[in-house]
Parts: sequence; structure tokens; C-alpha cells
Amino acid sequence: MIEQWYRLLDALLPLAWLEYDFMKNALLAVLLVTPILGILGTMIVNNRMAFFSDALGHSALTGVAAGVVLGIQSPFWALLVFSVLFAVAVISVKNANTASTDTIIGVFSSTAVALGIVILSHNGGFNKYSGYLIGDLLSITPSELGILALIFVLVLVFWAGWFNKLLLVSVNQSLAKSRGIHVRFYEFVFAIVIAVVVTFAIRWVGILIISSLLVLPAAASRNIAANTRQYHVFAVIIALISGLAGLILSYFWGTATGATIVLVLALFFAGTFIWKISTR
Amino acid sequence: MKNKCCNHELNEECGCGLCRTRINHLGVTLNNKEILQDINLEIYCGDLTAVIGPNGAGKTTLFKAILGEIPHTGTIEFLDPKDNKKGRPVIGYVPQKLDFDNSSPVTVLDLFTATYNRFPVWLGSSQKTKKRVQKNLTLVQAEHLLNRKLGALSGGELQRVLLALALDPVPNLLFLDEPVSGIDQKGLELFYDIVSRLRQDYDLSIILVSHDLNLVVKYADRVILLNHATIECCGTAAEVFDNEKVIETFGLGWAKGNFESKRKEEEQTHDRTMV
Repeated sequence: MIEQWYRLLDALLPLAWLEYDFMKNALLAVLLVTPILGILGTMIVNNRMAFFSDALGHSALTGVAAGVVLGIQSPFWALLVFSVLFAVAVISVKNANTASTDTIIGVFSSTAVALGIVILSHNGGFNKYSGYLIGDLLSITPSELGILALIFVLVLVFWAGWFNKLLLVSVNQSLAKSRGIHVRFYEFVFAIVIAVVVTFAIRWVGILIISSLLVLPAAASRNIAANTRQYHVFAVIIALISGLAGLILSYFWGTATGATIVLVLALFFAGTFIWKISTR
Repeated sequence: MKNKCCNHELNEECGCGLCRTRINHLGVTLNNKEILQDINLEIYCGDLTAVIGPNGAGKTTLFKAILGEIPHTGTIEFLDPKDNKKGRPVIGYVPQKLDFDNSSPVTVLDLFTATYNRFPVWLGSSQKTKKRVQKNLTLVQAEHLLNRKLGALSGGELQRVLLALALDPVPNLLFLDEPVSGIDQKGLELFYDIVSRLRQDYDLSIILVSHDLNLVVKYADRVILLNHATIECCGTAAEVFDNEKVIETFGLGWAKGNFESKRKEEEQTHDRTMV
């Protein structure tokens, strides 16, 4: 599979920056990761969950720490379990309705970050893990690309089958309930899906900017979209273009790929925002 | 005149006011606090029952309990004319407001499509769905709002759109949670005119939570005062607004003058039933 991808690129795009296999891998990763994050982001922005996804990214630090403490070689599974638990905990406490949502998320997020730093900095070894903070898209391997492709398909299937119910829950919970939709269930499922996708993406994108890749394409798209379909189409296009541009720029500038992508996304947001203001 | 009945399975047998929703000994306790206790209520087809009461009396909780959103004791049943139990009623719900991001690109059509279909909205809506939505919007004089974003609608327009949404499928019980703010007087009158017309056409049972006692006097067949976690008083608008407790709760010297117009309204309703 991956060999064919390499040959396809050599034939179609004989560019200098695509000579290396790691760039070809990274290109495929960008084409898989950015649209998925862009699509999920549309609902995150609708549900005002930007802060939640940010906290989820931060909680990964504790996930990594838990993996280290448990002596697991690859911290991936520890990360996954912890992210899902974190998402469920935040939604549960939120539904108990004792404080405002952002307060609750703030409490969870800062606790997770602090716990992660305390464990990982034990005996001054934090530098080993700083790679998680900014991520490294260029280090992705062909087998990891396979997993990414699987996630890509699974998210699309999930989004095709369940989007309408998620949309109703997002518009009004009582209304959804009167239509026989189990609101809590969908709330949890959506949070868990985000947790899983964030966990998979975090090694390449980085803890500090994962939520930007979720939130910015949707935020830019809603400046110009007139309905739900356009909202999705524009978000995916913006995410893809930014991903490509960010990857190429990061190659020539020698910068971190994830952060460069986010900067291009920010430009898109600025552009669409100005367009929105000027056409009002 | 034969009305369409709110109970679709009994289209032939069910006339006005025969089928009903019965609420039996309903109680809600949240965090060890008793919010509602021993609520007993029968709502007949074609009836408009208004629930009034001070803030914090449990009106919203009653709604949520009937919707099944929060756990409750007691039973809620839908009964056909022969008193056979039909299980939980089909409920149409018109929420007070959408706690929703106004800048979100969800159009009226998107909302309806998401409600009716499994086919994902982000791939668009079929012609068939569009026609169905168009037809439902026409019922509430909102056909021009099809492609508008929800956030761009005025309070009155949004209420009408949500009413259209609640009417398909035709519910056994229609809940109207009246907006406290955001609708001008004209919009409010249009909304209730439409509700009155639909009530006749579909023989709907309606529960209305309202703060506007003028409207209650004008439109409700029956008024329920919810206070101190239970139904304190129940009857026609005239009876309830004459009650000492109600006068005390609301400071209602003014309401008495409105009963004349209410009586006329009742006579009209009566005439209609006779036809």
C-alpha cells in the first residue's frame, strides 16, 4: 500500500520536498488527520466545547505519565484509557450541575496537567517527554498511517450514522428528548469519540495545539457557511489546504509542522472573519 | 365535522375530548429536595390547559418529568376512549428558547431534516424531505424561513418554526413553554392564533406554561396554579383567578375585568363543539 503511495507521488508530484519518504508519509498523514479533526470540530464549536477539547489535549500529559509509572513501553494504551476516563469524568461532573462548565473543565484540566508534570519531572527527567508538547508529524511510520486510515474510515461512518441525532442534542436537549433521543448517551459517545481521536493524533500534532486543529477550521468555516452542508465542506477544505501549506512551509522553514499548520489556519480565520464583517 | 385525531391508531372512533393523557401521583425529588409532589392531572383531546405559578414553583420540572428527562415517581399514560392504556404519550415540545450558538450555520431545513431522517444533514436534504418541511412550515405561516439560519430568526419566527417541528408527527400532547422575553406582542398574538387554529384542526391536547395572564384568560380552557411543589388550584380561568391563593400569589385585582371576553370565547368554543 505505502509503496504504491510513494510511486504515485513520484509520478504525479516530482517535487524536491517530496523526495524523502518521511515527507511522503507526513503528507498522507496530513490528508487523513486534518479533515477528520475539521469535521469533528464543527460539532465541537456548535456545542461550545473548544475548552473541553483543549483540556482533553492537556490531560494527555497525565496519560503519558501514567504509562511511565505503570512501566508500559509505548504509552499509547495508557494514554487512550486515560483520555476516555477523563472525558467521561468531565461530562459526568458537568451533568451534576454544581458549577459552570468552564469552571469544571478548568479544574480537571489544570489537575491533569499538574499531575502529569509532577510525575514526569520526577528526578528532573521532563525533557524526555517534551516531544509530546509540540508533536512530530514527520516521525510517523507506515504502520501508524495504517491505523490513521482506519480511524479516518471509522469517524466517517460514525459521522454518517449519528450526526443527525448529535445535531438535535446540540440544538436543544429537551427537544431531542421529546423526540425519543437518549441525550446523555449521545453526549458521552461524542466526548469519547473526541477523546479517542485526540489520543491518536496527539503524538504527531502535539498537546499544545491539538485543539486548534479541531476548533479553527470550523470557526473559519462558520464565518462563510450558510448551512450545515457548507459548514462541513468549507471546514474540510480549509483544514486540507492549511495542512498542506503548513507541511510545505514547515519543511522550508525548518519549523514544527503542527504549529505551522495552525498559523495557516489562523490566517484563514482572519480572512473569513474580515469577509463576514465586510459583507454584513 | 370530523376532526383528525391526535391518536392516529384510532382515527375512526376517537372524537373530540375522548382520548386523554393521565398523570397519576407524579412526584419529583432532586438532591433530597421535593420539587413536585402528588401531581394528578387529566388532559383531554382538544383541551388547552395553562400552568401558571411563581418562579421556582416547579413548572419546568413538571415539563421535564413528563418528557422523561428527569426521574419521577407516579405514572404518565395515554388512554384511548375506552380507557385502554396506550403507554407514554407522543409528545410535541416547543421549548422556551434554544440555548444555542446564534452564529451556528444550522438552517431551519437542517433542523427538520435532522429530526425526520437518518440520512446525514451534512450530505444535504432530499426533495421529499424539503416538500415535507415546506408543508409543515406553511401550517405556521413560516414557509419563507426554510433556508434561514436558526440564529437569524426573530423570537416569534423561531417559536413558530419550533411549533411546526412539534406537529409532525401529530402529538398526543403538545407542550408550549412560553418565552419569557424576545417576542413582541404582535408575534405573540400571531403565535396563539395559529395555536388556536391548529387545536381545532388536529384536536390537540395542549399544556401551556405562561407568564402572561392575559393570554391565559383568552385561550385556556383550564388553568392550573402550581405552587409549593403541587397543584394548589385548578379550574376555569374565572374560578382560578377568583381564588384567594391566586390573588395573593399574583396580586390580581386586574384579571377580573377580562372574564367577559373569556366567556365569549368559551361560548364560541361551545358552538363549535356542537357543530
